[in-house]
Amino acid sequence: MRYFLRRLAFLVPLVWVIVTLAFFLVRVAPGGPFDRERKPASPAVERALAEKYHLDESLGSQYLRFLGLKWETGADGRWHRAPGGLLVGDLGLSLKYRNHTVTDIIRQGLPASLTLGLLAFGFAMGFGIPIGFSTAVRRGSWGDWIGSLLALVVICVPGFVLGPVLILVFGLQLGWFPVGLWGAPLQAVLPMAALGLFFGGRVARLMREGMTQSLQSEYIRTARAKGASELRVLLRHAFPTAVMPVVSYSGPMLADLLTGSFVVENIFQIPGIGVFMVNSSLSRDYTMVVGLVLLYAILLLVLNLLVDLAYGLLDPRVRYE
Amino acid sequence: MTASPNQRAWKRLCKNRPAMVSALFLALIVVAACLVPVVSPHDAMHGSDAQFSPPGWQHWFGTDVHGRDLFTRVFAGTRVSLLVGAVGAAVSLVIGVCWGMVAGYVGGRLDGLMMRIVDVLYALPSIVFVIVLITTLEGLVKRWLGTVAPGFVPMARMLFLFVGLGAVSWLTMARIVRGQVLALRSRPFVLASQSLGAGHVRILFRHILPNVVGIVIVYLTLTVPAIILYESFLSYLGLGIQPPAASLGTLLAEGASQINPIRVLWWLIACPGLVLGLTLLALNFLGDGLRDAFDPRAD
Repeated sequence: MRYFLRRLAFLVPLVWVIVTLAFFLVRVAPGGPFDRERKPASPAVERALAEKYHLDESLGSQYLRFLGLKWETGADGRWHRAPGGLLVGDLGLSLKYRNHTVTDIIRQGLPASLTLGLLAFGFAMGFGIPIGFSTAVRRGSWGDWIGSLLALVVICVPGFVLGPVLILVFGLQLGWFPVGLWGAPLQAVLPMAALGLFFGGRVARLMREGMTQSLQSEYIRTARAKGASELRVLLRHAFPTAVMPVVSYSGPMLADLLTGSFVVENIFQIPGIGVFMVNSSLSRDYTMVVGLVLLYAILLLVLNLLVDLAYGLLDPRVRYE
Repeated sequence: MTASPNQRAWKRLCKNRPAMVSALFLALIVVAACLVPVVSPHDAMHGSDAQFSPPGWQHWFGTDVHGRDLFTRVFAGTRVSLLVGAVGAAVSLVIGVCWGMVAGYVGGRLDGLMMRIVDVLYALPSIVFVIVLITTLEGLVKRWLGTVAPGFVPMARMLFLFVGLGAVSWLTMARIVRGQVLALRSRPFVLASQSLGAGHVRILFRHILPNVVGIVIVYLTLTVPAIILYESFLSYLGLGIQPPAASLGTLLAEGASQINPIRVLWWLIACPGLVLGLTLLALNFLGDGLRDAFDPRAD
C-alpha cells in the first residue's frame, strides 16, 4: 500500500516534466501556429495575433503564464496573477480553433474516442486471448499454425489499409454495416474492428507466449499429478500467470486506444480527439498539443499504476516492498 | 555436447523451417528490390497513357493513376522501405544499446536518472515527438545543406525519417539491454576481468556486449517491421517519402485513396499490400525463430 502511495506521489512531478518537455519541444520546432492562414496576414495582424496569445513574450514568461504562475500589473495598475493557467485547470485557447478552449475541444471529442477505444479494447481482448490460449494449448497442430499466422497477419496490416478494405468488403459489397459516421451501435462495428484487430494480434502473441511458458512450469506438473482435471489445470493454474504479459501490455495499449486513432477516426469520420493529436502538432497549435500530451501522459501513467496493482493481486509471487 | 551456445542456437535456427523460409524470402525481396527498378523496361517515375490498366503481360502489377508501371514502383518502394527500416533500426540500436549498457553498468543514481528519462519519453506520444523532430531537423539541415550542397536537399527528407524513426524506437531496446547488463555485471567473469585490471570500456565491449548480442539481434528483427510500419503511417500523413518517389507506405496510401464503390482498383492495394505484408511477416517469423533459438532455456 505504501508503495502505491509513493508511486502516486511520484506521478505529479513526472507529469510536470512531460508537459514541460512538450511545451518547449513544440515551441522549438520551426514554423508558427499562424503560418497556415488562408491569406498571408499583414505584419500588423500577425503582431496583433501574437500579442493576443502572448506569443510575443519570452519563452520563460510564456511558460509561467501557461503554468498560471505569472504575475503582472493589470489595467488598474495593481499587481496580480495573470488569469488562467494549468494550476487552475485552464489550458488556454486553441490557436487554430480560436473561439474554443483546449479543454472544450477535448471534452467534445473525448466521449467518441473513449467509447471507440473501450470497444476496440474489448474486441482486442476477445480476439487475442482465445486465439493465444488455444494456440498455446494445441502447440504444433494445424490450429496453432493458422491461429498464429492470423495473429501475425493482423499485426502486419496498417490501419489505413485495413479500414478501406473493411469498408469495401463489409460495407459496400456485403452491405452488412454502415460505412461511416458515429452514433448508432451498428456504425461502431467496422471502426472497432479496424482499430482493435492490430492490438488483438499483439495480445494473441503475448498470450500464446505466456501460456507456453506457464504450461512448462513445475506447478502445472504438480497440479496434473494431484489429479486436477485438464480444464481446471488450464484455467485455474496456467491461465492467471499466463495472462500477466497481456495485463502489463494492456496499460499502454489502453492509453493508446483511449486517446483515439488518427487513421480510424479519419477514415470513418468519427468526431474524436485522435485527429487533433496529429493535426495540432502539424499546425503548431501549441496549446492544443500540450493539452493532448497532458491527457495522454496522465492516462498512461495512471493505467500503468493500475496494471502494477493488478499484478500484485493476480500473481501471489509479486511483492512490493 | 561441446558446441558453444551460439553454435547450438545456430543449429536450432537452421531446423526452424518457417524462419529459414522467411530468411530465403527476405533475401529474394532484397535482390528484387535492388534489381527490378534497374532492369525493368518501365520507369518508376514517369507516367504513360495507360491509366489504371489491370495486371497483365505488359504490366505485371497493373498501372496507377498516372499510368506508371506498378511492378517497378512496388519494388522501388520496397527498396526505400527496407532502407528506412534498416537504417532506422540501426539508429535505434546504437542509441538503445549504448544507453542501456551505460545505465545498467554504472547503476546507482545515474541508472535511476537514465531510466526515468526513458519513462518520460515513453509517456510522450511518439507521433508528436516524431513530427516535431522531423520538422525541426528539416529546418536546420535544409538551411545547412542549402549552403553546402544544394543538390542534396531532396535526399534530406529521407535522412530525417531515418534519424527520427530511430530516435523514437530505442526506448524498449534500452530497457532490455539495461536489464541484461544489470544481471551480467555481477557475474564472476566480469569480476575476474576487473581483478585482472581491465578498464570499464574493455569490460563493456569485450565481455558484456557479446553476451547481450543475442537478445539485441532478436529485438532488432522485430524493430525493423515496426519502423517500416511507422514509416508507412507517416507517408500516409504526407510526412514521409515525397512523390514522385515512393515507399510501400505511400503506394498503399495512394491505393487506399482510390477506393470507391464504382470501380474496384484492387491491384493498387493488393500488390503493394501483399509485398509489404509478406516482408513484415517474414521479418517477424525470422525474429521469432531467432528468439526461440537464442532462448537460454532451450538448451
